[in-house]
Amino acid sequence: MFHRESGVFKTTYTADMALYPLPIAKWTVAVLALIFVVILPLSVHEYYLAILNLIFIAIVGALGLNILVGYTGQISIGHGAFMSVGAYTAANLAVRLGLPFWLTLPAGGLMAALIGVVVGMPSLRIKGLYLAIATLAGQLIIEWTINHVPAISGGAQASIEVPRPDLFGFVLNTQGRLYYFLLFFAVLAIVATLNLIRSRIGRAFIAVRDQDIAAEIIGINIYRYKLLAFAISSFYAGVCGVLYTYYFGIANYEQFQLIVSIDYLAMIIIGGLGSVLGSILGAIFVTLLPIVLRILLENVGSLIFSAGELANIISGTRLAVFGGLIIFFLIVEPEGLNRLWRNIRSYFRVWPFSY
Amino acid sequence: MMRFLKSGLGVSAAAAVLAFGAGEAFAQAKEVVFGFQCDRTGPTATVGTVLCPGYQDYIALINSKGGVEGYKIKVLEVDNEYKVPPAIEAHERFKKEGAVLEGLYGTPQTAALNKKLEEDKILGTSPGFGTASAADGKRYPYTFPIAASYWSQAGAAMAFVKEKLGDLKGKKIAYIFYDNPAGKEPLPILEDLAKSEGFELRTFAVPAPGVEMGAQVLDITGRYKPDFVVAHLFGRAPSVSIKELKGKGYPLSKVVAFVWGSAEADIIAAGGMALAEGYNTIQFAGVGKDFPVLKEIAAMYKAQGKEPPKEMDSTVYYNRGVLNAAVHVEALRNAIKAKGGAMPTSEDVKKGMESIKGVTLGGLMPPLEITPTDHEGGGWCQIWTVKGGKLVMVKDWFQGFRPVITKQIAADASKS
Repeated sequence: MFHRESGVFKTTYTADMALYPLPIAKWTVAVLALIFVVILPLSVHEYYLAILNLIFIAIVGALGLNILVGYTGQISIGHGAFMSVGAYTAANLAVRLGLPFWLTLPAGGLMAALIGVVVGMPSLRIKGLYLAIATLAGQLIIEWTINHVPAISGGAQASIEVPRPDLFGFVLNTQGRLYYFLLFFAVLAIVATLNLIRSRIGRAFIAVRDQDIAAEIIGINIYRYKLLAFAISSFYAGVCGVLYTYYFGIANYEQFQLIVSIDYLAMIIIGGLGSVLGSILGAIFVTLLPIVLRILLENVGSLIFSAGELANIISGTRLAVFGGLIIFFLIVEPEGLNRLWRNIRSYFRVWPFSY
Repeated sequence: MMRFLKSGLGVSAAAAVLAFGAGEAFAQAKEVVFGFQCDRTGPTATVGTVLCPGYQDYIALINSKGGVEGYKIKVLEVDNEYKVPPAIEAHERFKKEGAVLEGLYGTPQTAALNKKLEEDKILGTSPGFGTASAADGKRYPYTFPIAASYWSQAGAAMAFVKEKLGDLKGKKIAYIFYDNPAGKEPLPILEDLAKSEGFELRTFAVPAPGVEMGAQVLDITGRYKPDFVVAHLFGRAPSVSIKELKGKGYPLSKVVAFVWGSAEADIIAAGGMALAEGYNTIQFAGVGKDFPVLKEIAAMYKAQGKEPPKEMDSTVYYNRGVLNAAVHVEALRNAIKAKGGAMPTSEDVKKGMESIKGVTLGGLMPPLEITPTDHEGGGWCQIWTVKGGKLVMVKDWFQGFRPVITKQIAADASKS
């Protein structure tokens, strides 16, 4: 990611497909690991870890959605609901059966995958805007079901309080401890996605995205792979929902409404469709930018305005600037932050001798 | 790569220095930090844009008069846009800046923060948000509804209906509600009362976003023909309900609305005060401008050479913001007094909150009595009715069917 690659020539397909494109990349990963595992948690205030925690959860969800939308070319605006499926599955298992998180987490993912396949069925016959509406229906049906079935939602409040996850008797109840918990799953999701994409399944997804008829002709069972994409993508969403549940200590379907689906779509579009780094950058952008803008506006604005006026100005300005920046970045680079990053990298690759 | 590593270290070190530096600066000044969450830009912006200035103005008024027992208050306001992750971030920020208490905003946000508040030992107030069972201070030690919950509002509504109809026995009551957890919350109370008071209850759910309720209203007015309608709606829905009920010829004097369908803005959006003559509203803060504290705020603006803000005209929400701020200030005052003038911790402020009693702000606030077990403060309501183009109080602070509500809170606590 952060290095020059001159002198590296790939002579075999295996080398080209390797997880580490360059030998030096192993070192980059080691340094990143050192920063995230040791240096950051020891040196920064808990508040910054809390922000990172939110980013980690968002990364898991964004990666999942990107597998479906970016890699397989199917659209979904039902991912918020898939998260709630994972959240309620885990919450019910954790509270009623007292299961630990390492069982409820995959269970939540699997249940979401199952529901995701059902909601994804229309993708076998329709695509594009039509599929968007079909998945929107899925979102609303799931929301309604959770709201009206006390057996799932645990009563009129439709919220189930879950205990904090514990690992070998070690309760994860501070931001610092949850940081490692969430970091682990974010890294797992990133590595899993990177590997998925360079596997047979990943190539089939990309073939379906690029031209589904052509994919079918070269022998890809597009029904199977479309549903598989929905299943894998919903699994990620379910896990994301479970992580939110453990992080908040409660499963509540109002935390996973339509707006959340839209937010996640925004993340991957800003970050870059069909890219792992794009999902990460998008998750960071959407989570972090409003916070950074607010802190900036607070510091600048407090010189001019009183506290009451400032609060009003910040809210509006922040939203306008946030929207403006999204438009700006998408005009500068329609393919998202990931492409922007690659452009910068390829510029410096030959710098200062650009000819 | 080394450069990257170094810069990463540098950034984190700088961030750490800034963080610690800021913390120390607050500790030295005679200043107390309040965290306040708000929604000025999200789906409930119509409430937030009026309520939050009310909060800020009251704190500014207190500061302009020298603060609380010599301590100035600094409000950190964060707009959570009615989303949950920003609410979590806001709480962590408040914690980092050393806030002694925080105002929460939004029901899902309150739900997501209940546990964090308890772990971090910072109290949060949620007037009009969150679950009714949070009134139980033993179960939710750091969550303070401080205003009538939906259960208390349901009790108040039925007490008011009983007064209006003389007796509830054999009467038909329609409950029209927004189809979400908050809308369904009062159902146990209403069902319980239906049994004990002997009235017939039928429910009519309005699906989100609540702007289409022709069918439900037709069902109510044409088929069911109830003796009274209890409405629990949010956002645009209340004004639609007023318009629809009026359009179908149902007398609005037989309608009573819960607190989020009770603002001037709702009535004006439905076609104006003249149209809504007779419409009854439940309030947990006083309505109108006829309170000394509001005059003081206006005077504060005048003294600065400014006009009082236009938000003050929307008195229902503005006054709720003032109430929220006043409760925070009183909690702080109690805490400082208890410590003999020393800087209070968040634990002290919690104790201060739990000893609030007898603060009325000239009638704007109910006779709240917050105790370690009752974080709702009694569940007081007022009824205001549209009469002659404005909201007029028809029933002063009262508690409707309080024993039923406390019974329900106890039952809910034993269930979990």
